[in-house]
Amino acid sequence: MLRQVEEIAQREQATSVERIVIQIGPLSGVVPELLQQAFTIARCGTRAEAAELVTQTQPVRVHCLQCGYDSDAQANRLLCAKCGDYRTRLISGDELLLASVELTKN
Amino acid sequence: MCDTCGCNVTHGNRHLIEEGGKHAHTSDDHVAIEVLENLLSENDHQAAHNREHFERHGVLAINLMSSPGSGKTRLLERTIDHLKERYKIGVIEGDLETENDAQRIRDKGVPAVQITTGTACHLDAHMIHQALHQTPLDELDLLFIENVGNLVCPASFDLGQHLNVTLLSVTEGDDKPAKYPVIFRAADHVLITKSDLLPLLDDFDPDNAGQALQQLAYKNPITLVSAKSDQGMDEWLNWLEAQLSQATATEPATV
Repeated sequence: MLRQVEEIAQREQATSVERIVIQIGPLSGVVPELLQQAFTIARCGTRAEAAELVTQTQPVRVHCLQCGYDSDAQANRLLCAKCGDYRTRLISGDELLLASVELTKN
Repeated sequence: MCDTCGCNVTHGNRHLIEEGGKHAHTSDDHVAIEVLENLLSENDHQAAHNREHFERHGVLAINLMSSPGSGKTRLLERTIDHLKERYKIGVIEGDLETENDAQRIRDKGVPAVQITTGTACHLDAHMIHQALHQTPLDELDLLFIENVGNLVCPASFDLGQHLNVTLLSVTEGDDKPAKYPVIFRAADHVLITKSDLLPLLDDFDPDNAGQALQQLAYKNPITLVSAKSDQGMDEWLNWLEAQLSQATATEPATV
């Protein structure tokens, strides 16, 4: 992640990175708290040394392939909230995205 | 998330690109830049490269994942016994420390490349790429990648495989799919292994495991197998052969 941020900072000719926003879905397999801890060590010596890491947890949502209804779900219960069918497709909840970075130029 | 075209725009994040421009200035004159880039993009790029490499050589690659001790190597040994006369099989072994599992596979007369990960608890696409330099892909039909025994991290890294197989042994809890939804949701086939032990265990019910999988919207096969008694092996081998013939049918012309 920091490599991607560094590339953007370099491309934009920024002196430092103030804020990094990432989106994490519960089904991405990444634990936001652990990422925060790792980040405090990994950012040392980069342009993001003083950056704040903001993690936005995305909701788990499914689309029912039977009745067509979209509903919220839990990570280990991806059933349709309307008809209860298990034949659903995940529409959100497995993201692991670098959403935005906030930079300072001089 | 869209991994195919790399757009990564989902219902959850679409509003970010619709509201405001790509570059927005904040009040204290910082520059905010929308990125929406997959954080595993480097791995996924290498994985796509690995997959192309497999396809160019006409190799079907299967990633085996499970907790430690659920019988991945034993299943591979038995699978090799049954299939090695008909298909050319190779194995990439991921392990934290030892070369023991690779040696067990080589004893079956099949090439095996060991990746010793040290402290890393999963394989990634770059490690597989390194191992491919020592893998005789030209001579193979089927390549198994035995991932590091772990039900968490391996699920997050695409290796370039075509199919994922997740093992759940009957000596574990039948609620494992509910506890580790990411890895079980990724499976193209779930094997409930060590089924010969079921009569001795009154706390593992395959139906409960099946229900926990169904709650993950899992729609693929679930097979009870024992590499010891051969129970369910036919079903597993038939599935493998069906995947192989399907892959051969859709394979691009060899360059």
